[in-house]
Amino acid sequence: MKNFNFDAVVIGGGAAGMASALELKKRGSSVVIIEREEELGGILMQCIHNGFGLIEFNEELSGPEFAQRVHEQVEAQTIPSFCGTTVLDIRPEGDRKIVYCVSSREGVMQIQARAIILAMGCRERNRGNIRIPGSRPSGVFTAGLAQRLVNIEGYIPGKDVVIIGSGDIGLIMARRLSWVGCKVHAVVEILPYPSGLTRNIVQCLNDFNIPLYLSHLTTEIYGKDRVEGVEITPIQNGALVYEKSFRIPCDTVLLSVGLVPENELSRNAGVEINPATNGPWVDSTLMTSVPGIFACGNVLHVHDLVDYVVEEARRAGSFAADWLAGKHPVRELRVKTGANVRYINPSRVDPSRQNKLYLRSLIVKNDSVLEVKVDNRVVKQLKKAHIQPSEMLTVSLGPDELAQSGMDAQIEVSLL
Amino acid sequence: MVESYDVAIIGAGVCGANIARRLSQYELRVALLEKEIDVSLGTSKANSGIIHGGFHDNIKYLKAKLELQGAMMFERLHNELDFPFERCGILVVALHEDEMRAIEQLYLQGVENGVIGIEMCSRERMLELEPKLSSDTVGGLYAPTGGIVEPYRFVFSLVESARKNGVELITQFNVAEAVSENGFWTIKAEDGRLIRARYVVNSAGLHADEVSKAFGGEEFTIKPRKGEYYLLDKTTKSRPGKVLFPVPTAVSKGMLVVPTVEGTVLLGPTATTVEDKEDFSTTRAELDGILKSARSMVPSISETDVITSFAGLRPVYGDDFFIDISKKAVNLIQVAAIQSPGLTASPAIGEYVKDLLKKLGLRLVEKADWDPYVRKVPRARDLSPFELDELVKKEPEYGEIVCRCERVSEAEIVKAIRDGHTTLDGIKYVTRAQMGRCQGGFCTYKIIKILMRETGMSYEEVTKRGGDSVVLKGEL
Repeated sequence: MKNFNFDAVVIGGGAAGMASALELKKRGSSVVIIEREEELGGILMQCIHNGFGLIEFNEELSGPEFAQRVHEQVEAQTIPSFCGTTVLDIRPEGDRKIVYCVSSREGVMQIQARAIILAMGCRERNRGNIRIPGSRPSGVFTAGLAQRLVNIEGYIPGKDVVIIGSGDIGLIMARRLSWVGCKVHAVVEILPYPSGLTRNIVQCLNDFNIPLYLSHLTTEIYGKDRVEGVEITPIQNGALVYEKSFRIPCDTVLLSVGLVPENELSRNAGVEINPATNGPWVDSTLMTSVPGIFACGNVLHVHDLVDYVVEEARRAGSFAADWLAGKHPVRELRVKTGANVRYINPSRVDPSRQNKLYLRSLIVKNDSVLEVKVDNRVVKQLKKAHIQPSEMLTVSLGPDELAQSGMDAQIEVSLL
Repeated sequence: MVESYDVAIIGAGVCGANIARRLSQYELRVALLEKEIDVSLGTSKANSGIIHGGFHDNIKYLKAKLELQGAMMFERLHNELDFPFERCGILVVALHEDEMRAIEQLYLQGVENGVIGIEMCSRERMLELEPKLSSDTVGGLYAPTGGIVEPYRFVFSLVESARKNGVELITQFNVAEAVSENGFWTIKAEDGRLIRARYVVNSAGLHADEVSKAFGGEEFTIKPRKGEYYLLDKTTKSRPGKVLFPVPTAVSKGMLVVPTVEGTVLLGPTATTVEDKEDFSTTRAELDGILKSARSMVPSISETDVITSFAGLRPVYGDDFFIDISKKAVNLIQVAAIQSPGLTASPAIGEYVKDLLKKLGLRLVEKADWDPYVRKVPRARDLSPFELDELVKKEPEYGEIVCRCERVSEAEIVKAIRDGHTTLDGIKYVTRAQMGRCQGGFCTYKIIKILMRETGMSYEEVTKRGGDSVVLKGEL
């Protein structure tokens, strides 16, 4: 078995993995990226639409272009990577970690490191997760699988399509499939508001006259060998109104019903998971409950934009470099979710420096206020023109707000 | 020229497969006819996958006799073949004091049936045997010989062994007509193919009534009784160590919590009589009932652990197995109405049917070179890093992990395809690829590419399970 030694191992070669590795390298650490696909880039490689990079590069790029830009930096910095390589196990042993991974070229490799960055991304929720009853014909795909089949493999999954869930990948695929000659008959969303970004509703549905059924549940998928249609039932006051159920014939169903961080490796390594995000609990330095293991990007929590992923990943890389140099915050404060907040990441802050926090709302509201309290004292208020669960919010907290807080001060963030 | 066989077995489910393998020990020409594109796609695919404990039915029933015999044959089969099996034990859980009377009856029946090690348990004993049980548990029954198997892998392996020893598997052969002439049955498939056989075994599961009719055999009606299931991810914290049964009802053994032999958890089955033998759909009302029932035994079960749901159909006729020499059609053996505990009984059914054929006059001469063993395919998920490293050196395709959730390598998928499993479902049941928490979201396109590469299929020929279940509808 081949053995390697690095300061840090980054697991996952998508945007998060590459950005965190770049930061580690910049700080003088030796780092390797492990990627299970044959090339770096992650899920960006199949996202051939534009809309990436507005924050990071100040211009609108396609997914592969965005990945290319970051990849070029990785190459310029001569950061090594093992592609086509699957991590089997992460074993923390004292202050070292052993990563076992396998590829057909190298067999099983054993990589020792002091720090690990988890950057494995997320997976799509599927039919089973949301428990749609009915038969089990072919023609049911997650939106991301359909995207892969169309954009990279060059196949069209079906001709008459109904999309369940209004997540961004589903919306993007509604447009993509319309362009290749498919008829998208409907997008069906259980919630009273769309799950995807507003710009995608406009550009991918409205511009193509694709109806969006809000507050509707798919109550059956039918068809013997191949999908023949779906039954849709409206929801009123939280209850299904079966008298108003209707059927839409179709040969294909795409599911865009949410993403789940992929933390099976993390769990096996002893990393504790936050049920609100399905990602690891992290401290103010994005370090998980296992010292030396950090997390960033969609494995930590599902982001809206790759630009945010890269920003968070750079911080994770930088914090990991600090940790390798023996620097770790002496004091942290706990951040609690207040009114209307689903989660805050990270849920701890270091009062001695500036901290960037990401949070998601539980509600849709115009003219909202993001309020931060320290021990019931309001220290910050930010006006938000519009908030909704699908759009991530950020807030910065630093010595200005936290300097006077006591040893066990409670910080609470609310959306009012 | 029509091929002639000594025995034709109709239906390659768990019964047909066991009968075929048993007959493969003799100097006989045997054909195993299956209407689907692969074996084990009917009742044998969608069931609880358990080895019963021998206490649910009285030994006066044929099904109980065969269950007790069959259950004891699994160690040997497990040793010879390649399927997962474990005797994890069965608990029947009483949640109310009045259920303890039923528990006592099951216990007495078990003792009368000669079940080894069966015991009645106090609440304390139950919670010690299974700490995940509800605190409402008042007591129960423990049958340590009960177990779990992966039912489709069992069938695949039986068929592989039978084929290795000369049995011919003929798929997509949907029996339409049969004529008896000069001591031979001529059997015609829907698509016009013909074969001849001296003896016929009807183990056609849900369709055994139609097959009997085609041969002019006994008239009976198989009623499908649907059972719906939920499957929970391996990462669930609610996986019990033993199979958990509620106290049985008049029509079924109730909804179970089964720790599957591959680490997932199965909840179900429900029991609803349906008309359509092809109706494998699930329903919202039934699925909701499963969670409720399962939680009464294991309260920590969470719907967020659900990765899929599915339904199977039990072939119901009367309250016992119908296994006999036909009194109406010549040289026909009926193996019908094999519902629970059919999987457990199936090895004994193979033995029983062999004896019935002998009684009909079939000459059984043992083969000198019969080989009971099949090759055991190494599975990447079962190996330590060191073992996997050694294997990748010899077979590099073991280093290509195609299905990340169940850790299935390209080597395992290629082997399944070369063994004739050329649909996405076939590959899934043999290898577990697409069976995990992402349900194929990440690996389906990879498997399609491997399938096309290995078989030379075009994209239009790739199906989920044969017929019209095509996966891709066009090319860019």
